[in-house]
Amino acid sequence: MRSFSYSRPASFDEACRVPKRTRFLAGGTNLIDLMKSDVERPAHVVDLKSLSMDQIEELPDGGLRLGALATNAGTAEHPLVTGRFPLLASAILAGASPQIRNVATNGGNLNQRTRCHYFYDPDMVCNKRSPGSGCSARGGRNRIMAVLGTSESCIATFPSDMCVALAALNAVVRLRGPDGERAVALRDYHRLPGETPWIDNVLQPGEIVTSIDLPSVSFGEHYTYLKIRDRLSFAFAIVSVAVGLDMESGVIRRGCLALGGVGTKPWCVPEAEALMRDRPPSHSLFRDVAECILEGAMADRDNAAKLKLAPRVIERALWQAAEGTPQSQTCKTIC
Amino acid sequence: MTQPPPTAPCRLQINGEEYDADLPPSVTLLDLLRERLGLTGTKKGCDHGQCGACTVLVDGRRVKSCLMLAVSLPDAQVTTIEGLSRKGRLHPMQQAFIDFDAFQCGYCTPGQILSAVALLEEGHIRSREEIREFMSGNLCRCGAYNGIIDAVEHVVAQRQRDEAGEAA
Repeated sequence: MRSFSYSRPASFDEACRVPKRTRFLAGGTNLIDLMKSDVERPAHVVDLKSLSMDQIEELPDGGLRLGALATNAGTAEHPLVTGRFPLLASAILAGASPQIRNVATNGGNLNQRTRCHYFYDPDMVCNKRSPGSGCSARGGRNRIMAVLGTSESCIATFPSDMCVALAALNAVVRLRGPDGERAVALRDYHRLPGETPWIDNVLQPGEIVTSIDLPSVSFGEHYTYLKIRDRLSFAFAIVSVAVGLDMESGVIRRGCLALGGVGTKPWCVPEAEALMRDRPPSHSLFRDVAECILEGAMADRDNAAKLKLAPRVIERALWQAAEGTPQSQTCKTIC
Repeated sequence: MTQPPPTAPCRLQINGEEYDADLPPSVTLLDLLRERLGLTGTKKGCDHGQCGACTVLVDGRRVKSCLMLAVSLPDAQVTTIEGLSRKGRLHPMQQAFIDFDAFQCGYCTPGQILSAVALLEEGHIRSREEIREFMSGNLCRCGAYNGIIDAVEHVVAQRQRDEAGEAA
């Protein structure tokens, strides 16, 4: 690891006034790894952990505010989260390992970088790491890469499980920076790569994620996080699906759906969700929903399997949610 | 001339002993333990958070010490494999790993044991499946997984017997 200076600011204002080549440190499970791989080369590391942002609080509408510095494990096991947002708890437990979840934070989860092999290897060209250098993943070994939201410059997936559930839950990201506070819908927080794949999200220099707000939902047991990966645990998604359904007398009043593992960001298509409004669950409906959310998906050299796998996983997940039988993250049998 | 790397204060308790020094901020908890304190029981496997060989307890929670900066843990209580035994007696989990043949080469073992000790406190021990899932952050290239799960199950059962005995 290259040398850098380290500081622990006493206040937000101090933290937001950062010199160039600064990286904020929260749990560090991604940043320190990237620094060891020489992908991140900050001159200054500003440790945010002394800023008190680790609470999980109720909002007046029945929703929750998740502190940016609350750990993934602390969030997934919190009674308010398991009670009101089991979809989120399930998605968090589907990701990483217990040791990582004990340290990794909610804010850090939003801001983690892709796990594209070429991004991680400074000997390969990568537009996300070195703007304008090219994309080694296009035409390369790209079985794990994205099929939605890609561009000529980048086909890397965004790796989070948690953010897929947050997208389905229509979470709101609260930010604080040199110019004050603002709120951004999670669905708008991550950017498509386009011609500037090195910009992952809408965060401005000096801006910090302070919390994630979850609006109240009433899915009951009609939710699931279904994740398909190369091994049963501690692996990134090949395809994952977060679903929550508002059901009433066997009819879907509102359906919320997001995909992981296939897009350059957590993938949502409001038109696909709208198809489910006031419709009873059926094979043809769920097939239409899958087709709609996957519209425009394009494979590169090695990842065509995702085009076949994704609709099946989406339909299976929709049935799990409709029947109120969410996927267990311990028993990996898929029902 | 290059400037000396900046340092930052590092204050920790490691296995009950105070550690207080200025360190380059790039020193990970793992490298502090192994390279500066000679606590080589904690192993460096992948050094990227993937294998779990470097697992230690920080304030009772299991973490990967390769992914933590030593200077970022003010006043933390760190427990390594060297700090698990009491008065020369092995921790029950250490003894169970021996009794159930839960290792072959032994390189992943300190991390496995600390992970398993934390797992007992977390309570994700209701079934063999659950133990397996919640031990997934520790890889064993010798493939001693069945022995590892047997060892953990044994300690879980032993504890339940002890607790039942105390209650009676």
